Amino acid sequence: MSKLTLKTEGDTHVVVTRRFAAPPEAVYRAHTDPKLIQKWLLGPEGWTMPVCINDARPGGKFRYEWTNGKGAGFHITGEILELEPYSRIVHVERMHLPDPTPDNHIETRFDANGTGTLMTMRMTLPDAQTRAAMLATGMERGMEASYVRLEGML
Amino acid sequence: MLMAETLNLDATFSALADPTRRAILARLATGEATVMELAQPFEMTQPAISQHLKVLEEAGLIARRVDGAKRPRRLAKAGIEAMDRWLAMLRKALENNYDRLDQVLASMERPKIKRTKNRRGEKR
Repeated sequence: MSKLTLKTEGDTHVVVTRRFAAPPEAVYRAHTDPKLIQKWLLGPEGWTMPVCINDARPGGKFRYEWTNGKGAGFHITGEILELEPYSRIVHVERMHLPDPTPDNHIETRFDANGTGTLMTMRMTLPDAQTRAAMLATGMERGMEASYVRLEGML
Repeated sequence: MLMAETLNLDATFSALADPTRRAILARLATGEATVMELAQPFEMTQPAISQHLKVLEEAGLIARRVDGAKRPRRLAKAGIEAMDRWLAMLRKALENNYDRLDQVLASMERPKIKRTKNRRGEKR
């Protein structure tokens, strides 16, 4: 059973949805409390997040650093624009590879869904080209992880 | 036959190893485009883009059509499959994250159940 959907929308958006068997409050906390974020926002197997700073308030900054323990790593920095406990987070982020990528503007909503939560994450990239590059970066990291990550979205 | 398939796979991988070519594929995933349209967002000369297109074409990832003086490119079957695989990789990375988040959430639920019990079990 696949609970995740991933779609492109228009020229500049990527929309991800996922259901969770926990109330919006818990899912929201797992997205804003660094101690919790550090446990799951890891990407491919074998990667860890040794640095997880998240000043969860409007105007607050965050910084996530990942490493694969074999010398490879990268980090993301961002700013939180809006916080509506426990239903909505709006932030911007960029990846440093090491040059920063153009800003990705992300709205994450947590809507009560039965006894659980429907999360909708809507990313807005500055243009179609940047979105393509972002998806291409995802591919590169996938190849590094050396396992096939499959299923389409087109 | 097997040899030909292997060679083609090599061509596919080296074609996909370049970020500009991956971005061209991603652009073509949204529809057919002319060389001019493809060159526009890249700040590259048309000949440079044409060279990338040639590599993609030889790898069987894109195809061209004749439309008067234009030669619009589109994704070929292998290109569509490559796009599918790559979006799937991104999807898989997200799934890994959210599967872990499921576990984090499950461990967060426990104290709540205890509290409910306490309320019922007049321990206060």
